[in-house]
Amino acid sequence: MSMPLVYLDNNATTSVAPEVLEAMLPYLRDAYGNPSSMHDFGGHLSKVVDHARGQLAALIGAHPDEIIFTSCGTESDNTAIASALETQPTKRHLVTTKVEHPALISQMNFLQKKGYEVTFVEVRPDGICEPETVRAAIRPDTAIVSVMWANNETGVINPIAEIAAAVKEKGVLFHTDAVQAVGKEPIDLSVTPVDMLSLSGHKLHAPKGIGALFLRRGTPFRPYIMGGHQENGRRGGTYAVPNIVALGAAAELAGAHMAEERRRVTALRDRLEAGLLERIPAVHRLGNPELRLFNTTAVSFEFIEGEAILLLLSENGVCASSGSACSSGSLEPSHVLRAMGLPFELCHASIRFSFSRYNTDADVDRVLEVTPGIIRELRRISPFTPPELLR
Amino acid sequence: MAWDYSEKVKQHYLHPQNVGVVDNANAVGEIGSMVCGDALKLTLKIQEGTDVIEDAKFQTYGCGSAIASSSALTELIKGRTLDEALKITNQDLAVYLDGLPEEKMHCSVMGREALQAAAANYRGEAFVHEEESEYHTVCQCFSVNNLTIEHAIRENNLTSVEQVTHYTKAGGACRNCVPEIEAILQRLVPAAAVPSATDEAPPPMSMFRRIKIIEETLETDIRPALHTDSGGLELLDVSETEITVRFLGRCGSCAQSGSTLDFVQARLEKALGRPTIVREVK
Repeated sequence: MSMPLVYLDNNATTSVAPEVLEAMLPYLRDAYGNPSSMHDFGGHLSKVVDHARGQLAALIGAHPDEIIFTSCGTESDNTAIASALETQPTKRHLVTTKVEHPALISQMNFLQKKGYEVTFVEVRPDGICEPETVRAAIRPDTAIVSVMWANNETGVINPIAEIAAAVKEKGVLFHTDAVQAVGKEPIDLSVTPVDMLSLSGHKLHAPKGIGALFLRRGTPFRPYIMGGHQENGRRGGTYAVPNIVALGAAAELAGAHMAEERRRVTALRDRLEAGLLERIPAVHRLGNPELRLFNTTAVSFEFIEGEAILLLLSENGVCASSGSACSSGSLEPSHVLRAMGLPFELCHASIRFSFSRYNTDADVDRVLEVTPGIIRELRRISPFTPPELLR
Repeated sequence: MAWDYSEKVKQHYLHPQNVGVVDNANAVGEIGSMVCGDALKLTLKIQEGTDVIEDAKFQTYGCGSAIASSSALTELIKGRTLDEALKITNQDLAVYLDGLPEEKMHCSVMGREALQAAAANYRGEAFVHEEESEYHTVCQCFSVNNLTIEHAIRENNLTSVEQVTHYTKAGGACRNCVPEIEAILQRLVPAAAVPSATDEAPPPMSMFRRIKIIEETLETDIRPALHTDSGGLELLDVSETEITVRFLGRCGSCAQSGSTLDFVQARLEKALGRPTIVREVK
């Protein structure tokens, strides 16, 4: 039985765009040289790397020399935080939020064990981190503040320009994990006072294994990966030419498509969301409905559990994700939803659908066709479902 | 993450058997809650006199393996006498399903518990009342009692706290109950990880060595455990008889800081190999 695959888990990862694959293939085949080589065969590839650097810089309003290619968003995050501490050895305090990606949270937990103090600031029930809350957490010994641009689980977008301004007013370094925002939200770092920004290729139709760190000119820096002179001595490791080319091409594509994509994908997302809310009783939309990525909707279905929903969706060819404990491999549900004050039972039942430019009306139709039946079946099995919901 | 479910598990969550509530049920067992993330309500029709389970239905709130375990349970117990059914272990359930991922074994334990609760209900007994004097909640986060933990250890030959968490969920959140789980393991499995104390007086120890061991234990053992709960601990003073600490972060304001203190004391006593008093300064 062949079933169409409906991929609505684009905040987890995206497909490689056909144009991106075409752009990188020559560097996997014949042009396999090392840009750091003296001979032309390898050496001329440094121009290819520079071109990609320019493409990526243009997407976020940066200078090309402010881009450091890394292996992934996690490396970018870890590099930014480690650098801030290395360059300011007397500062022993860090500020971040309770809803960050594990890339940040795990590092912060590690730093606490090493004796650093970390303030995890609260977010509002709608998921927004307020500039005033961040400002209030800053101390004289704060080395860096890190607040994500957009949240991966809810899509909620933080007021980064205001937060960055508040942090800079106190003279503290500011980093943002913009892995979910880059390529979807307009970002202009020539006007937004961010010192460091993390991004990841595979969230914007480049392959996995490539990311970048934006490092504003003049920001003190110590490398995290030590090696050769690549990236102006800021990140060792042989240039991953095919992946770098891919990220450049993906960035250019994202910039060119952004306005059109926003319009079209917003319509798809909104139609899915409205359809679910209309067809299924006792559903809650999670997070701020306006200030969020146009591709993301997070909803919670009362009286049932998220992993079971995902398994049945998957059986119908639909890929989504959940903040439930069972699907995470731990016994506790999403730290993001709990930080928003959502009751445990709604955390367990949360489902995220995240779109890309490749989704279609047929995808929305398919989800709207299968989901009400799945929810109804699981509610029939659940001991908590009020009888009137099953009539 | 994707779980490696067997085809049998998949069949049971895609097409669960015996969903619903038995009409005129004379035995009802309810386990778990929505907050915990899984719950099971089992209803049975048991023939008076013969004690044969004529009908069994379930309602489950939970993940795929919770639904599958419940469905499998009802299939396994129908037609058996209550006493026969009660002999079914969580291992039997897992075997019937061609295995469950270890992290999901608590789903099979939940099935067995619901049956015990239903049996108690049928016999007009309070669930686990025969051992009531020894019954208490160990894990507050997931409401897991000591008897559940002991059964799981015995039936599945568990030897570590991590395994106990996989099978019962106990210790899976705030970890305050980890020392108690260790104590239960030590009692039931004498050869388990925790070495038993000897009656011999401990050899003398210099103050330098005492402080060094305390600091190492705090760094490598205690602080990592507390940090999973966004807390921390500061060492204030060490004397021949006492260790003074202050809790930081969430541990400082936690209502359960008393049991956290017990945890710290247990770990330090173990590391030092002698009794010691840990005092908390607010």
